[in-house]
Amino acid sequence: MRKLALSDEILLSIQQPARYLGNELNAVYKDPDQVDIRFAMCFPDVYEIGMSHLGMQILYSMFNRRTDVWCERVFSPWTDLDDIMRRKHIPLFALESQDPVHDFDFLGITIQYEMCYTNILQVLDLSHIPLHADDRKENDPIVIGGGPCAYNPEPLADFFDLFYIGEGETQYDALFDLYKQVHLSGGNRWDFLLAAAKLPGIYVPQFYDVTYHEDGTIAAFTPNEPGVPATIRKELVTEMDEAPYIENPLVPFLKVTQDRVVLEIQRGCIRGCRFCQAGSVYRPLREHSLEYLKRYAVHMLQSTGHEEISLSSLSSSDYSRLKELVNFLIDEFQGKGVNISLPSLRIDAFSLDVMSKVQDIKKSSLTFALEAGTQRMRDVINKGLTEEEILNGALEAFRGGWNRVKLYFMLGLPTETEEDMRGIALLSEKIAETYYDEIPKEQRNGRVQVTASSSFFVPKPFTPFQWARMCTKEEFLERAWLVKDTFRSMKNAKSLKYNYHEADLTVLEGVLARGDRRVAAVIEQAYYHGALYDSWSEYFHNDIWMHAFELCGVDIDFYTTRERGLDEIFPWDFIDTGVTKAFLKREWQNAIAGTVTPNCREHCSGCGARRFKGGVCYEDSHSLH
Amino acid sequence: MKIRIRFTKTEDMRFIGHLDMMRFFQKVMRRAGVDICYSGGFSPHQIMSFAAPLGVGLTSHAEYVDIEVHSTESSSVMIDRINASLTEQVQVVSYRRLADDTPAAMSCVAAADYTIGPHSAEYRTEWQQIVAGIPGFLAQDVIPVTKQTKKGERTIDIRPLIYRMETEDDEDGYSVIRLQAAAGSVDNLKPGLVMDTLRGYLGLEPAPFATQICREEVYALSGRETPRFVSLESLGEDIE
Repeated sequence: MRKLALSDEILLSIQQPARYLGNELNAVYKDPDQVDIRFAMCFPDVYEIGMSHLGMQILYSMFNRRTDVWCERVFSPWTDLDDIMRRKHIPLFALESQDPVHDFDFLGITIQYEMCYTNILQVLDLSHIPLHADDRKENDPIVIGGGPCAYNPEPLADFFDLFYIGEGETQYDALFDLYKQVHLSGGNRWDFLLAAAKLPGIYVPQFYDVTYHEDGTIAAFTPNEPGVPATIRKELVTEMDEAPYIENPLVPFLKVTQDRVVLEIQRGCIRGCRFCQAGSVYRPLREHSLEYLKRYAVHMLQSTGHEEISLSSLSSSDYSRLKELVNFLIDEFQGKGVNISLPSLRIDAFSLDVMSKVQDIKKSSLTFALEAGTQRMRDVINKGLTEEEILNGALEAFRGGWNRVKLYFMLGLPTETEEDMRGIALLSEKIAETYYDEIPKEQRNGRVQVTASSSFFVPKPFTPFQWARMCTKEEFLERAWLVKDTFRSMKNAKSLKYNYHEADLTVLEGVLARGDRRVAAVIEQAYYHGALYDSWSEYFHNDIWMHAFELCGVDIDFYTTRERGLDEIFPWDFIDTGVTKAFLKREWQNAIAGTVTPNCREHCSGCGARRFKGGVCYEDSHSLH
Repeated sequence: MKIRIRFTKTEDMRFIGHLDMMRFFQKVMRRAGVDICYSGGFSPHQIMSFAAPLGVGLTSHAEYVDIEVHSTESSSVMIDRINASLTEQVQVVSYRRLADDTPAAMSCVAAADYTIGPHSAEYRTEWQQIVAGIPGFLAQDVIPVTKQTKKGERTIDIRPLIYRMETEDDEDGYSVIRLQAAAGSVDNLKPGLVMDTLRGYLGLEPAPFATQICREEVYALSGRETPRFVSLESLGEDIE
């Protein structure tokens, strides 16, 4: 019988003990004496969130295919267990072996959103690993960061030994081989890090020095060891079908957020929305073949027994074989107790037809990601949608029997005017009107319900808006109130609902997203003063963070509301995502001018991603249309 | 046709709650390719019902689930097939056909057997004292227990709900308690409550983590003239 790290007394006194057992179906167990490398893969949030993440399962499956590596999972203990572990000095453990993380060779942390940064410190702290990379000793694990937030790793630079920039499938084998080789030749931690820094896509913060101008902007960012590259090119998979996918997904006992098979149909996006970081850093768009996806869909449903399969991508409607794939899934699985879910679809005749087949129209609502309320604003952000297309989509949906729609908007976008703000309410009103004008009374299924929500815009690195000034908390709230007032004055106000996100959280996200190495101290102070699970609104305490900024003498406005010059060196400029800074500058100027840039399939705009020699840049445009 | 499945739930599985077990079994049915019946509608669900839910922290050699299938292979083939898609900590031990008019397992549970032992070596000394106290404990006319309910406090006599309670040596020569007690929707007596009450009778503090409890069998009451306990699995027949 496996010895658990936690006693029965603890397990039976905390919420959801199943989070800490590691006994799920398809979990991988190995003999620790038979492997060379023990890797703890961590998602720094609660189990149910972490277990819903596709990337982690891909790497878990890929690492464990190597007989010399045992990869296990670690999540943030929930606050109840966190408290017990601190009081009783219980070290954080990996789920499968229940062994302390501290005894592992690597701790890999996937960094999916800014508001998990204090949880990263929690994981290090509970693992009894020094928070600062330069305090770590020979027997401490090598701490690796990866995932989308690693595209600006600087606010976390102090806490990580190395960052992996880009898609995980390509360089980990080389990294593991290197680790073994350094150990065999009697090398130490420093030798390994120095050698790793020379691998493609690997960034070792301690081998780079940053100097600042008097105004606080960066003067220079330079390697301090010979042979360490000045820029780091992101890693990516060129041929999607050749990348390893998940053989046998883990099947949690708990109901996790994504309790279904997730089939990644493509990576990247052709759209070029100017606010979207994912659409930029995952360029170019690369598709899986239809045959590959059919095979995996069948295999993964069989090996998990899940009752639902969901397609994953940034914009599923752009997958060139979508119709065939969806028809295959319906023919193959409908009537066998398997639901099909299709997120991120454009609302058009095809998608409505498909959705009417796979869901109960009466019970479901349709989601439109409109992002902005006026045509001018949508042109600024390059959201290629006209009002006519929006209203037609809504009409088609109403004719198809739906009468509940959700609309997503952003507030605080660059160049936004009062008209753009009011436009959110006006466009929502027009959608409601479409229902009452076009659907005859006898065909209506009650009143239409239009729910609009707006999030506050955060400028992100590697987007054309990386130069943009962000709003203050007060500006955000004033704008939200203006929109709310406009909603109240609409004729169909009773059919409309408007929500907006928290402004405090957004400001903080803005600092962390475009922060530099000086922000690390704030994260650390916030953690010491009790910040944890900041992405959970009931645990987010803005006052802790404000106090931390004050203690560290770090100015929020420098990172958020400051106007940035076109020639400023950004903390993340040493990373080369393939998309050039010159292209982003061009797009920033196009945004200000309200000029739309065509998508990758219409016309190549020369973003720079073509040099990866794959994906949509090399598609034969004639065979597609 | 109706099928009754008996399975074990051992080791770490004792921490998995009843609702999670139900979801787990739905996935097991699909993995094993059981030709199970679904309800209609846009979100069809499997025709499946569990007998008496097991408390978190307990292990079991006698969990029961009833399902309805369109077709089936023999019992032994199905047991192998389902076990191939399970972990070692959950294993099917019987798969039997029920007559169409057999009431659902959930509705006819009347009693259950439990084996109770000390949780670990540190509790062995105290265990001797507990075991020795059983005859006196059972000799009481009434064993009143105050229960906290939604409506306030309520005192019940648990003595009539204890059908049998005796000690026995297990394979390693340690004494264990064999308890048979009322179970189901009418009268349900949790074995943990019996142990806490016994400790109280002996002047010991309640210690919910001092024991390890395993459910060994679940019974229905059968026969009109002279009703007697029969195991839920004995109401079905093996499929050849």
